[in-house]
Amino acid sequence: MMQPEDIKQMIERGLPGARVSVTGDGHHFEAEVIASEFAGKSTLQQHQIVYRTLGGKMGNEIHALSLRTLTPGE
Amino acid sequence: MNVQDRIREQLSGDKIVLYMKGTPQFPQCGFSAKAAQMLGACGAKYASYDILSDPEIRQGLKEYSNWPTFPQLYVNGELVGGCDIMTELFQKGELQKLVAKATG
Repeated sequence: MMQPEDIKQMIERGLPGARVSVTGDGHHFEAEVIASEFAGKSTLQQHQIVYRTLGGKMGNEIHALSLRTLTPGE
Repeated sequence: MNVQDRIREQLSGDKIVLYMKGTPQFPQCGFSAKAAQMLGACGAKYASYDILSDPEIRQGLKEYSNWPTFPQLYVNGELVGGCDIMTELFQKGELQKLVAKATG
């Protein structure tokens, strides 16, 4: 079973320098990600960036991830 | 017809398309239920497809849009987002505008 810490590490690995916090129960998770890469991008694109760091786990091991994405200035 | 062509055909058939788990009447997931409710609240006329009954479309959509989860809302063939983004837009009153513009 995925733990919030596993997801946090995957996002941090994919987005070096990002500030990441993840909570969840093993199936449903909530994550807040603050990354400079998000600047100038739509929410859709920001979420796509985070999903990419999770590879094939999204929608499989990770059933649901509620995302909040911010740039460092926000 | 391959799956990517099927998706393009479905998306060109209706201005607003919701890919979800279950149907608006019988959603099989809380996020899909919420997405359908929000579209209903916007007075949107939309097509919905149950991805649970179509595994090929389910897998194909993940690749088509680089978006791994459902629901997925498309307006004029473009991915708007999943439940989180829909909720954000709905709360700002922007989902209503998007729907009105697409169908108006």
